Amino acid sequence: MLEGIMIGLSTAFSLQNLLFVIAGCLIGTFIGMLPGLGPMSIIAIMIPVAITLGDPATALILLAGVYYGAIFGGSTSSILLNAPGVAGTVATSFDGYPMAQQGKAGKALTIAAIASFAGGTIGAILLMIFAPMLSSVALLFHSAEYFALMVVGLSAIAAFAGTGQVMKAILMTLLGLMAATIGEGAQFNMPRFTMGLMDLQSGIGFITLAMAMFALPEALFLVMNPSRSKADKTDGEIKDLRITREEAKQIAPVVGRQSLQGFFIGVLPGAGATIASFLGYAVERNIAPEKEQKEFGKGSIKGLAAPETANNAACTGSFVPLLTLGIPGSGTTAILLGALIALNVTPGPRLMVDSPEIFWAVIISMYIGNVILLVLNLPLIPYIAKILTIPRNYLIPFILFFTLMGAYIGQNNATELLMLVGFGIVATILRFADYPLAPLLIGFILGRMMEDNFSRSMNLYDGPSFLWERPMTLGLLIIAALLIFLPSYRARRAKLREAGVADGD
Amino acid sequence: MTLDRWIALVILVVACIYGYAAFFTMDGLLPPIMRNTPVWPSTFPKVIAVGAIIVSFVIVIGLEKSVKGSDASGIDYKKLLDYNYGQTLALLGLMIAYALLLRPAGFIAATSGFLILGSVILGERKFLWLVPIAIAATFGVWYLVQEVLGIFLRPWPFFLGT
Repeated sequence: MLEGIMIGLSTAFSLQNLLFVIAGCLIGTFIGMLPGLGPMSIIAIMIPVAITLGDPATALILLAGVYYGAIFGGSTSSILLNAPGVAGTVATSFDGYPMAQQGKAGKALTIAAIASFAGGTIGAILLMIFAPMLSSVALLFHSAEYFALMVVGLSAIAAFAGTGQVMKAILMTLLGLMAATIGEGAQFNMPRFTMGLMDLQSGIGFITLAMAMFALPEALFLVMNPSRSKADKTDGEIKDLRITREEAKQIAPVVGRQSLQGFFIGVLPGAGATIASFLGYAVERNIAPEKEQKEFGKGSIKGLAAPETANNAACTGSFVPLLTLGIPGSGTTAILLGALIALNVTPGPRLMVDSPEIFWAVIISMYIGNVILLVLNLPLIPYIAKILTIPRNYLIPFILFFTLMGAYIGQNNATELLMLVGFGIVATILRFADYPLAPLLIGFILGRMMEDNFSRSMNLYDGPSFLWERPMTLGLLIIAALLIFLPSYRARRAKLREAGVADGD
Repeated sequence: MTLDRWIALVILVVACIYGYAAFFTMDGLLPPIMRNTPVWPSTFPKVIAVGAIIVSFVIVIGLEKSVKGSDASGIDYKKLLDYNYGQTLALLGLMIAYALLLRPAGFIAATSGFLILGSVILGERKFLWLVPIAIAATFGVWYLVQEVLGIFLRPWPFFLGT
């Protein structure tokens, strides 16, 4: 292994490769900030550039830089504008945006940068140690276990719901699942619930729904209630850029736990950064002391650090099946696989033996990418956070424009924009009634994967018997049930404690 | 009845329609060969529909009492009447107009128009600043998306060709 690391180091530390990492990080960060262009699309756009470089190691180093940059860029728009452009950064906006509203945008970005750095770096170390071992464990997961894992992911949303909100959160999840069934599923070649509309044939776009659920209602609330934006004003001053020793102490265990958890979830093909970030958030919220639990969703630094660490660790973890088995675990790694094949490299069990310089250069470039991202971005944060000080009359039309563009670029379909406005109005009304919107989006994201795995297991077992015949599936489903009932139990306990206080309706 | 319960009622109706489609109309379109498989396109929707109907019903009848002060949405209900509904509706109208005009009018005209009118609706009157900023931003985004990233966006109106 040591020899491999040395080969990787000498490849990655050439001047040319260092320049490409820097370029990749910068390009990724700036394009990643545009909602609608996630790491997957940016890497896809950069592939032709990377292939013309010729050298597979350099090309992969550039793409890895773009990848990390794009993830950080995505977190930036989640934190500053509540406009998560990628599913993996949705959980970042839960606490990142409230922090930005309280004038702590600089601090939120700093925490995000540090948490991403830690998650990515610890993930890369784990990748080095566990890659060969984990590839065999990941193969033990069948579609039944994936289905159960997604049920656990959805049950974890009970963690997002406050006291007395569990039913609402479950209802929103179910609504998201309903939305995911619209259009043609991968398993069945027939349109469902399209009402005869051609535009719904391929289903509702993720970006359209994400923009409609988060960015649009936020912008509309800024218009409706001008005092809201005045209260949020940071007066052009980015205060509290540094995190205090106390805060560092608070987030250190979170970062440690979530690096491990995120990495191992990322190893499972198909689970990826999204589930890792949601589960990371849910777990941290559930194990936090009761006093800190109330802070989650209102600008808790733990709530921001958890998903940021987890999604970066998971991104690194998703390289395990790619590099060791040749199976892409996520959309992004699937595109990277395409790039590798175009460069005449076939990932798989032989990669480590046949082309050690590529295998190790990729891992070393992950460290370099993370370090460079931190070095580049920390000084840039005050300038990035200035976005919030743009006058309201200019900022709001621009936010609305970027939401529209995000939905348009992916599909090149103007009907998508009308759907965006429609969903945005529905989301605003739901927010008025205090319905949590995050579960709806999570249900939508996981819905399709969940149905595919469910159908596959049903076909394999000729019925639902897989639910109780496979011990791992059963175990995961029991965890899911506990996750749902735990908050209800807590709510009942809280109600008993508050007995005597009129609830009001 | 509070707003959240009214909304649950609407969702209940939607879930019933969805469930009706899943249980009664969808399977009719199924090709005979697929009828022998253990899972049909309607299987998963049926499960969701039943779940959604039960949960929305629980909220409608108010079994789960919401706890006071659990509001995380940040909406100030006391000031609800002072909200700028006119501006909001105008902006929503502008977004719909943008969606409809983007193709025929071309990206440049539609976007700069959207940015300028959007700011005007919000009360901006410094046109000497506004117009150049809007046009420069439009061209900047167009250049980035079309020329740098290679995603096609027709810049000019339909009668000027691509």
